[in-house]
Order: sequence, then structure tokens, then C-alpha cells
Amino acid sequence: MEAMAIISIFTLSIFVGFEVVSKVSSTLHTPLMSGANAIHGVILVGAIIVADHSDNSLELGLSLAAIVLATINMVGGFVVTDRMLEMFKGKGAKNKGSGDK
Amino acid sequence: MSRFLYELIGLGAGVMFILALKGLSHPRTARRGNLLGAAGATIATITVFFYSSDGQLPLNNLGWILGAIAVGLIIGVPAARRVQMTAMPQLVALFNGVGGGAAALVAIVEYLKLGQSASTTVVIATVFTVIVGSTSFSGSIVTFLKLQELMTTRPVVFAGGRFVIAGTLLATLGCAGWVVTSLGTTPLLVLAGLSLAFGILFVLPVGGADVPIVISLLNAFTGLTVAAGGYVLDSTLLIIAGTLVGASGTILTRLMAEAMGRSLFGTLFGAFTAKPQDSSGTGEDRPVKSGSADDVAILLNYARRVVIVPGFGLAVAQAQHTVRELADLLSAKGIDVAYGIHPVAGRMPGHMNVLLAEANVPYEQLSEMDEVNPTFPQTDVALIIGANDVVNPAAKTTPGCPIYGMPILDVSQAGNVIFLKRSMRPGFAGIENELLYDPKTTLLFGDAKASLTKVVSALKAL
Repeated sequence: MEAMAIISIFTLSIFVGFEVVSKVSSTLHTPLMSGANAIHGVILVGAIIVADHSDNSLELGLSLAAIVLATINMVGGFVVTDRMLEMFKGKGAKNKGSGDK
Repeated sequence: MSRFLYELIGLGAGVMFILALKGLSHPRTARRGNLLGAAGATIATITVFFYSSDGQLPLNNLGWILGAIAVGLIIGVPAARRVQMTAMPQLVALFNGVGGGAAALVAIVEYLKLGQSASTTVVIATVFTVIVGSTSFSGSIVTFLKLQELMTTRPVVFAGGRFVIAGTLLATLGCAGWVVTSLGTTPLLVLAGLSLAFGILFVLPVGGADVPIVISLLNAFTGLTVAAGGYVLDSTLLIIAGTLVGASGTILTRLMAEAMGRSLFGTLFGAFTAKPQDSSGTGEDRPVKSGSADDVAILLNYARRVVIVPGFGLAVAQAQHTVRELADLLSAKGIDVAYGIHPVAGRMPGHMNVLLAEANVPYEQLSEMDEVNPTFPQTDVALIIGANDVVNPAAKTTPGCPIYGMPILDVSQAGNVIFLKRSMRPGFAGIENELLYDPKTTLLFGDAKASLTKVVSALKAL
């Protein structure tokens, strides 16, 4: 990919990342951290790509280890975040009021 | 699948991640946001099976890949489903660490693959991924051990520690230069080893109460690692997703540090300047006023306003439902009840909110620190359940102690202070609490749930 394109994507993503979480009540700090944590589990995609490229057992072994770790990160991350947020279920409206303080 | 379609779907997944983070920032949309992120990640993962840069489908080693994913699912899903609410922070730390480890492994494999043909920028990105990914991996393992209390929760400071850390960092950077110039395999493995060591050394001096901030920081690190990995693999999706997490994680880390009244710098490097605590415990033998459940019930019964301050002990004892029962009982007697929630009570910001929400505690009763602090002088009883550091006046009075400067709940302003504690053991930060010896303090020892149950029945009997 062209260097300038990459730099543009990178820079714009930084600002989007800053912007989307700039106002969040402390109640949601933990679920937000956990959700963001799950999102970087998408390195699973990278692990699958390198496993496809692997043509000796060392490379394959390392890529498979990466796939296992990345799957744990991604799937476990989303499941655990959902469990945390489940506890707020049904009280959304009230939570909203406090979140705006 | 054409490259164009593949990239387009990747972009779609990236947008879903942005919306996921946006959703997670508001209570009403948080759950939907998380599900959206999961959907984006699933779509991205499925798509990669239908596109190969060499045009050959199905993917090479397909059976192995699916098998490895299955193993990951078998480990990850039950762990996430079964974990107790109390152990959630360390599980998040662990998930973050394995993500960093995965990113480092991906970069190492791609580096082995490219060999001498790698361009300098790709090698630099690889080096970055290996350093930060390995640091995040080992650092997260140490935070896990601290939170799980498999090792001491106090800052680990040893003589000359700062020189060892600085030396390791310099060696790591030097080794990075070696990798870039030599393009060898051995230097890269040495680099991975040094980075792992650095991660451990970096987290060891951090005190227990600051661990959540470090988890958040390592989370942001892992995000950046994934972005660099995306550059190595020429994947726009990984660059977007990784950068988003890196940026939002940095902001979140700062917000958490602000909530604790700490500078980020102070959190990370404070332990280097702090003197080892004098924990010889002059106080161990001093008299404390220990009461029975009946004494506590009487104090509560004649109060007009009670502020409940929950802490980690409440989480450990799973006493959230019992505390709600007590609060309902007091409210029924016409007593004004509020919960004073310290932003970092428990082991993670928002830990108490999650726990009390589980017990259906009315949200209006949860007061944040700034709201509740001015009301303590009008409060008759401050009931502290399994909390210690967040009410420890040492944060105001003892410069140099690990929690100095952290805003606390001013429970000492209340008419009476009741501590429900398991023992005289200091809190997570390992600091003696003067308030325990104050004449207006009553202590009720025991498991929080058992103690609360006794207080509830004593109160009913009155």
C-alpha cells in the first residue's frame, strides 16, 4: 500500500479513536476497556493470513499459537464484556441520566 | 473473492468497530455496541477464509487453522462465561496479554517468511510489534498475578531497580537496531526475550491500586501493536482497528488516571521515587474498637443518614444482594441511604457499579465521589464494606505513601464510621489505615456477607 494512504488512515483513525470515547462516565470505563480489548483480538485475521503463508513447521507452529491466543482475546473479550453489560440490562434509561452528568 | 471486495468488507468491519466504541461510551447503547464489535470481528474473520494473496483457495493449512480456532474457543469462551465478577479485571488483563502475544508472534512469522527481502520500513514495523507486543504480554501476565494475588500486590522495588529497568530498555532499543541492520533471526529472538523482561520490570514497581490504569495502558499498547502488524501484513482493517484501540485506549487511560487524581507519569514512575513503605506496623498492637452485629444494627437504626461505601471485600464475599437488603430495610425505616462509590473502588473503575447493578440497587442511590463527599458532615453513619484504600486518610496526610494524592471518600467527617473487614490486614495498596484506630470507628470482623446477614437480622429484631 502507498505510504501516504497508510499515514492518512493511521492519522484519521487516531482522531476517530480520540473522538468516540472522549466523554464517558466512569461507570463504563471497565466495559469500554474490555470491549476495546476484544476489538484488538481482530489480530486473529493477521494470524490466519500468516498461517496461510507458512511453509515450514516452525512458521506454522508459531502462527497456530498466534491463532489460539488471538481467538481467546477476541471471543473471550466480547463474551466477558457482554456479561458485564448484561448487569445493566433494563436500567438503561436511569443509567443514561447519570451518564450525562 | 477479489482484492477490492475483500478490502471493502474489511473497511465495513472497521466502521463497525468505530460504531462499537461509540456505542460502548453510552450506557443505553453499550450492549448493542459490544455486539456490533463482535459482529464486525466475526465478519472480518470469515472473510479472510475467502481471499488469499496468492489466489489459491482454500487456504493452505486450513485444517490446522480451524483446529487452532477451535482450541481458542474452547479455552476462551468457558473462561469468559464462568469467571466470577470479582475475577473479571484479571481476566481482561489476561485477554489483553494474549492479544499482544498473538500480534508479536504474527510479526515474527512474517519476518521469518520475508527474510532478507523485507523492506526497512517493514522491519521497523516488525521490531515495533515484537517489542510492544511482548511487553504487553509479559506485563499483562504480571498484572494478572498481582490481581489474582498470586504475588504481592505491593510495589516491588529493589535496590538499583531503576537502573536495571533503564538498562533493559536501552538493551532492547540497541537490539532493535541490531535487527534492522542485520536482518537476522537470532537478534529478533533476543529482542523478543528482552521485551518480555522489560514488560515484567515495567509492571513490578506499580502499586496494587494503580494496576487498573496499567491494564488500560497495556490495552492501548496492544492496539498499536496490532496496527503495526497490519502495516507488516498490508491489512487496512488491522491498521484501522489497532489504531482505534490505541487512541481510545490512551484517552481512557488518561480518564482513569484523572478519576484517581493521578498523573499518568506519576502512576508509572511514582514507585521509582517512592521510598519503600515502613510496614513494620506500629499499629498492629494498638487498640481498636471492635463491635458486634447488634452494636452495628443499633448505630444504623438511630441514624438519619447512612452512606454505604462498598469495596473489593463486598465483591469477594458476593454480598451485593445482602447489602441491598440492608439498604432497603433502612430505607423502610425512613433512613436516608446512599452509596458512596469511589471511582476505583474494587479492582477496576466501575467495578462497584457493575456489582451493585447486578443486585438491582436503584441507580439514584449510587453517588459518585464528588457528590457524596460534601454530604459526609451531615451523615450519621458511614458503613464501609470491604473497602480500605479508598477511605484511607493517608492519601491526604502522608506524602510519599503509594496512594498519596489520590482523592478519597471523606468518611472521617461522618458521625460514626463502621468498618466491615475480614481482618486487620491492610488494603490492596498495603498501607496502614489510621482511621481504624479512630475513637468513632467501630469494626465488625468477618466475611462481608456473613456480617451483613447478621446485621440485617439484628436490625429486624430491634
